[in-house]
Amino acid sequence: MKIEILESGCVSCRSLEHNVREALAKSGKEADVEVVEDLQRIMAYGVMRTPGLVVDGQVLSVGKNLTPDEVLELLP
Amino acid sequence: MFEWWHRLVSHFVFETLGLSPESAAGSALDFFLYDTVKILVLLAVIIFLITFVRSYFPTEKIRDWLEGKHPIVGHVAAAVFGIITPFCSCSAIPLFLGFIQARIPLGVTFSYLISAPMNNEIAIAMLFSLFGWKVTALYIGMGLLVAIVAGIVIGKMHLEDEVLIKPPPVKPPHFEEAPIPVKERLKEAWDYTLDLLKKVGLYVLAGVGVGAFIHGYVPSELIVKYAGGDAWYAVPLATILGVPMYSSAAGIMPMIEALTQKGMLMGTALSLMMAITALSLPEAMILKKILSVKLIAIFFGVVAVGIMLTGWVFNAVLS
Repeated sequence: MKIEILESGCVSCRSLEHNVREALAKSGKEADVEVVEDLQRIMAYGVMRTPGLVVDGQVLSVGKNLTPDEVLELLP
Repeated sequence: MFEWWHRLVSHFVFETLGLSPESAAGSALDFFLYDTVKILVLLAVIIFLITFVRSYFPTEKIRDWLEGKHPIVGHVAAAVFGIITPFCSCSAIPLFLGFIQARIPLGVTFSYLISAPMNNEIAIAMLFSLFGWKVTALYIGMGLLVAIVAGIVIGKMHLEDEVLIKPPPVKPPHFEEAPIPVKERLKEAWDYTLDLLKKVGLYVLAGVGVGAFIHGYVPSELIVKYAGGDAWYAVPLATILGVPMYSSAAGIMPMIEALTQKGMLMGTALSLMMAITALSLPEAMILKKILSVKLIAIFFGVVAVGIMLTGWVFNAVLS
């Protein structure tokens, strides 16, 4: 599983990364986590509100700082 | 709406604590307790309502709707959407690029970019609780007008080459958000409201505190001399002063209210409030990543002129 976190330097973007890692640790799921700050790549997903959560190329959440439990609910 | 609360506060301050209504301490405490609670309650209610309504208008939907609309319709709609959509300076860049990517004209994008921070929920809530609905309506109406006209002016200047990053003009893959139940929207709106109140609460308290001080101790003559009267420079001075005050809009508004009661003209006050919300230095710094300095300067210049015209017109009409 490949997880991308789209961010543009706001505070809640950084805590989303933290919460995603916590969710993975909690559930024992394995995933590559990458923080994407490149605007061209963010725009290619059509996302206009950061932070965004992308799993295997699918946009699952935008503009929201999810809690670890909310992240787990979204992960396949 | 808040009379009962005022009676309660007065009873507590004057009967329970035994302070005299004539004493400076008694009237200041009475004013402070009454005002802070009234403002915090109204802030909570208004922010909650705006946040709830906005959950039905995600930015992506607005972008899709604006695509290919007639420019004039686009300017008006973009400014109006600015009222209900969220705006923080960190979201300005993806938002800007997303609009450009969808081939929404630069001028229409600016109409949105000017209106969104100006008509943010904190400013509207503070205005409403301090000045009542008339001044709030005036502020929103003039804010929309400035956003629409400034957007049209910027659009006419053909500055497309001043945008430094060109997102590929392909239609981005649209994704569907799963339908969100109303209960969850309400809960999210409530969480957001609490979050925001925690952030601005201290500023509100400090602002009302300074406002109370102005009410009680700063002589009207001083304010009329520097910020009141029909001195032509009051409006541009207020506009320039507003630029560095962005982050603390919640704290500045109570002071402005106190200043208007001491003789600052309403047009000057409107200019100051609009400059605080619409022209922010942090936002300019962030936009520098994607816009040329020239375009940012034009953006600030055009909006500042609009804000000053608003102030002068209101000072002339109301006096």
